[in-house]
Amino acid sequence: MLLSVEALRVSYGNIKALHGLNFEIDEGEIVCIIGANGAGKSTTLKAISRMVPAEAGSRMTFQGKDLLEYAADKVVSQLGISHVPEGRRLFDNLTVMENLQLACFARKDNDQIKEDIQRVFSIFSRLDERQIQKAGTLSGGEQQMLAVGRAYMSGRKVMLLDEPSMGLAPLLMMSMFDALKEINREGTTILLVEQNARLALQFAQRGYVLENGNLVVEGSSEELLENPEVKKAYLGA
Amino acid sequence: MILLQNLINALQWGSFYALIALGYSMVYSILMLFNFAHGDIFMVGAYIGFGVASALIALTAMGAFALPSWLILVLTILFSMFLTSFVGMIVERIGYRPLRDAPRASAAITGLMIGIILETGNLILLGAQRVSFPSLISTVTYDLGGVFVTNKKIMIVVVSMLLATALHQFIRHTRYGMAMRAMAFDYVVVPLMGVPINKIAAMTFALGSALAAAAGILFGVAYPVLDPYMGILIGWKAFVAAILGGRGSIIGATLAGFLLGFIEIFVAMIFPSTLRDLIAYSIVLLILVFRPHGFFGEAYSARLRL
Repeated sequence: MLLSVEALRVSYGNIKALHGLNFEIDEGEIVCIIGANGAGKSTTLKAISRMVPAEAGSRMTFQGKDLLEYAADKVVSQLGISHVPEGRRLFDNLTVMENLQLACFARKDNDQIKEDIQRVFSIFSRLDERQIQKAGTLSGGEQQMLAVGRAYMSGRKVMLLDEPSMGLAPLLMMSMFDALKEINREGTTILLVEQNARLALQFAQRGYVLENGNLVVEGSSEELLENPEVKKAYLGA
Repeated sequence: MILLQNLINALQWGSFYALIALGYSMVYSILMLFNFAHGDIFMVGAYIGFGVASALIALTAMGAFALPSWLILVLTILFSMFLTSFVGMIVERIGYRPLRDAPRASAAITGLMIGIILETGNLILLGAQRVSFPSLISTVTYDLGGVFVTNKKIMIVVVSMLLATALHQFIRHTRYGMAMRAMAFDYVVVPLMGVPINKIAAMTFALGSALAAAAGILFGVAYPVLDPYMGILIGWKAFVAAILGGRGSIIGATLAGFLLGFIEIFVAMIFPSTLRDLIAYSIVLLILVFRPHGFFGEAYSARLRL
């Protein structure tokens, strides 16, 4: 088991966002969490990347280490867990190349960095053509590519993806998921949260359904795609 | 002739404002707060410069080493910048870091309190009498066809422009500078890049304080009387320059610092000098009515927050 989450609770002031989640991810897996808007999907990812504090009693371990002992930047640079945040959050005032370089801030392996940047450009050739362009001038699809590329540079054991399909045309969406599959084949474990449940379950091997801060169903993607309640609530069938 | 003469004086005053304004602007751009203790850090820098210069002169007099006076000045500037950067880092660590997520008003009040602590601390340490900054280089006046320029004025303008350029290059071309630019745009997601934001914040305070120290020593060279309250007025004026330049803009802060120098000097040329600040800052106010974000500032309302 690579990442295990036990009794994860998160609150924003008086509002309880997560009521004690339990889930696990094995090395090399693609796992998705599906759920409606406001169910707590983004909060779950933010808790893992230490962007929001987990309440006392929550436990998260990564490769046997207590994840809660790591600050947000160390989760990335020391544990290798990267996070593509909701809405991409690129640095619009930096160039494509600078966005990728910033993601290597804590890395010292300069030769490997060069190789990795070339790898990002071979996966997303559109970015290669736009190296010295400001990130703010990219199209939506290119911005998503850069957001994933940036995560690829910063930490590659686990990639947390928050709605990678958002705002992408169907064709772009497909090529984005193809690229993510390729990154996964190279050894990156992927945890993604999606509102687009059908897409997520086609991409992932396993999934969890999150409702109002609780994980209510879990299973293989095939099981979830066949589950009548999941079908009714999330697959529109 | 008088015009040219005043131009040179304006450049000198502009240098002080520009160097101090840079510190306000940098800190604002990455942490969205104004460090209202910054004028007093300028004062502390001048006093540290006084201490360093006195020590170097004493050591030279004792025969420990023989340094030419210009080298003593260079060493004083560099060494004081180094020492004052720690003052900035301590202020950030103790005063501002605990308030990172507090309302901005708390940070502003804290800044003013730190300023008072630095002023009164100095008073307790060194007493109420003013100290005079050692004259490290003797004044040489050049007569350029009726316009008088001193070597000190040239030095002040050149050093401050060099420092502003160096800072600009640092922010453009180094990875720490890149992290500062990223933080200025959206500091919430910067940790997701593996960047330790506390380190960047501390470094920003260190840089700003080092520049303020340089300004303090240059000020001491030009006006060699130091007192614990010397940073207040000049600090506020530099703050105005930072606003005028556009919050968070390095080029803006530098140019606005010089512009402020020009406005003040030329107002004083035309009007009685007692009315100088009244009229000069009315002009600034008028500029801000038409350009509320300053010359190079962006409207930050669209900025993303988690």
